[in-house]
Amino acid sequence: MDFHAEIGESPAVALQDAVALISDFPALAGLDLTVARGEIIMLTGPNGAGKTTLLRVCAGLTPLARGNGQVMGADIATGREEVRRRVGMVAHSNGLYDELTVRENLEFWGALIGAGDDEVRQAMSMMGLDGRLATVPVRGLSAGQRRRTAFAILVVRRAGLWLLDEPHAGLDSNARDEVDEILKHAASSGATVMLSSHEHDRAQKLATREVRLAGGVVVGDGQ
Amino acid sequence: MSSPNRLRVAQIVFAKDLRIERRSKVLTSQIMPFAVVTLVLFAFALDGDVILQRTAPGLVWLAMLFSSMIIVQRSFAVETADGALDALRVAGADMSAVFLGKWLALVVQLLLLELVLLVGAVVMYGIELRGSGIVLLVTSSISATCGLSAVSTIYAGLASGVRGRESLLPLLVLPVASPVLIGATRAAEASFGTGGTVTSEGWPWLGVLSVFAVVFGFGGSLAFGPLIDD
Amino acid sequence: MTIDTPTSTTASTRGTSTPATRVLGILTIAMTLWLGVFGLLLSPADRDQGDAVRIMYVHVPSVWLAYLAFIVTALASGVHLFGKRHSLQADRVAGASAEIGVVFMAVTLVTGMLWGRITWGVYWQWDARLTTTALLFISYVGYLAVRGLEGSREQRARRSAIVGLLAVLEVPLVHWSVKLWRSLHQEATVLGTDLDVSLDGLMLFSLFVGVVAFTLLFVWLLLHRSRMLTMIDLSAESGLDRALAQRRAEGGASI
Repeated sequence: MDFHAEIGESPAVALQDAVALISDFPALAGLDLTVARGEIIMLTGPNGAGKTTLLRVCAGLTPLARGNGQVMGADIATGREEVRRRVGMVAHSNGLYDELTVRENLEFWGALIGAGDDEVRQAMSMMGLDGRLATVPVRGLSAGQRRRTAFAILVVRRAGLWLLDEPHAGLDSNARDEVDEILKHAASSGATVMLSSHEHDRAQKLATREVRLAGGVVVGDGQ
Repeated sequence: MSSPNRLRVAQIVFAKDLRIERRSKVLTSQIMPFAVVTLVLFAFALDGDVILQRTAPGLVWLAMLFSSMIIVQRSFAVETADGALDALRVAGADMSAVFLGKWLALVVQLLLLELVLLVGAVVMYGIELRGSGIVLLVTSSISATCGLSAVSTIYAGLASGVRGRESLLPLLVLPVASPVLIGATRAAEASFGTGGTVTSEGWPWLGVLSVFAVVFGFGGSLAFGPLIDD
Repeated sequence: MTIDTPTSTTASTRGTSTPATRVLGILTIAMTLWLGVFGLLLSPADRDQGDAVRIMYVHVPSVWLAYLAFIVTALASGVHLFGKRHSLQADRVAGASAEIGVVFMAVTLVTGMLWGRITWGVYWQWDARLTTTALLFISYVGYLAVRGLEGSREQRARRSAIVGLLAVLEVPLVHWSVKLWRSLHQEATVLGTDLDVSLDGLMLFSLFVGVVAFTLLFVWLLLHRSRMLTMIDLSAESGLDRALAQRRAEGGASI
């Protein structure tokens, strides 16, 4: 598993004075953040602090109204297409097609980026999705299994930056531990991970760094 | 790992859309019955064998227009249900290829619907197919469907991205699609010989329909990506 | 994000008038009065239609100006989309022009209906011009609805520009198909219910006066409305600064 290591040594995320709007509301109000490669960042903070918007900005989905930013070496303002290609995002939604089976979903996404059958098979076995689950329509999966499928897609896509919006939400305790294992494994293989969560305890165990947001800016940053 | 070319991406999206439709059977179990019911309702509303036969092509294409709104909204509901459209954007998929794939998948579904409606009209409205009109009928139906699908896909992409504004779709599509309605109906009338028309009168309409399909197919592939972008 | 204000900004913060628009306004009023004189008094009544033909002096310039407005919208949309700066000023002009065009279209439709009612006793006949106008009217109402959708300023401008260009693409297609359609219906020309009259010298001149007057009116309205949209954008921008300050304060308070 090799996550775009060839891109270089620029920081995974570098935002300066970032302002991002949801309609006319400034969800991000001048945020500064730098994330180095290989870090696992836990974003915490109250609801409405801007965690989701920050992740979407890093995914190249939401543009910046003011300020500038580079993600995985590509500039957000001028190279959003390139930013998107280098990152993967799993939010409350998983980006899956309910009617298709796990395998069909992965084959779709794999074919979309030109991945081979081996890579798809590898990703599926890594997430424990081969075997019985492979031919189950996504509709019939539990929340944890859907999450794992979404992660498998990130693996197939070889996303260098994983952006996860509350990946633990809706999962039982075992599933949450599973998610943490996957994320640690991803980071140790070269991916950078940024996730938002309400759980401080997991932050201690999983993350290399906790970044606290409030009012659209960073208010706390540390181990 | 090499990036697939545009046609391949379109093919993948096309196959995916049709596979989902085959599984969920929304077209066959919900929309086709709805379209046939519409034909029946027209008969109640118009109340007269002669008038039904005379207006049959128009009624068929009205039923097509309204049904196409439902089908294309469904096509995009599938994408937004679990954030797949966003995921497609993040994956860096070529949006003009995605448009192409969805457009052609819609064309296939609408052509199937048309077949059902045509059979319905033959049975319920008493129209007769003429051998001399078959070519005109087939070619005009295909180009009309391509044009209608292109416009619907473009605007459905726009409407799906904005919360709570799916109801905007008919307002955007139906005026723009009016040349399709006019052209398809007149061409169908010419091919059936309704109202004493001759098949040769229908060919100018094929011209209108083809130009429409090309303009909006091309325009759509360019416009789709920027249109759904944030 | 710069709000992209035009260099020749409105002189006064209290309104959108400048010496130029005042002159323009006076010219417009003058031409309109002249139109009134010619249209209502000096030009002759029609042989067949009598005085009802005078509605033409409003109806015809109105439809020409509606088309002009939509061409301006298309051009401005193109400038916004393909220009390097993606000028928001171009987007504002496109929006203002479309709003004015929709109004002119409504005037066209209403005067057309009145004319038809008085002359032939029917509010509507499916002649090519009225039908095309009605379809385009609805299309541009749809365009204005798209302009009102939520999103960032750039996103709204880009979306509107694309829809504006698509709308103008369909104009010739609608025109072509409707004209072809009406040409099939022989009855319309035999009964002469088409709203066209043969024009002699003085009528033609009055029509020309009408077109000039309406064009001046269009430019005047366009300038004022574009400036108003600029002011709305400016106030949204300063609103953003306030919102930012407020947002940061809220964040600070919660630590």
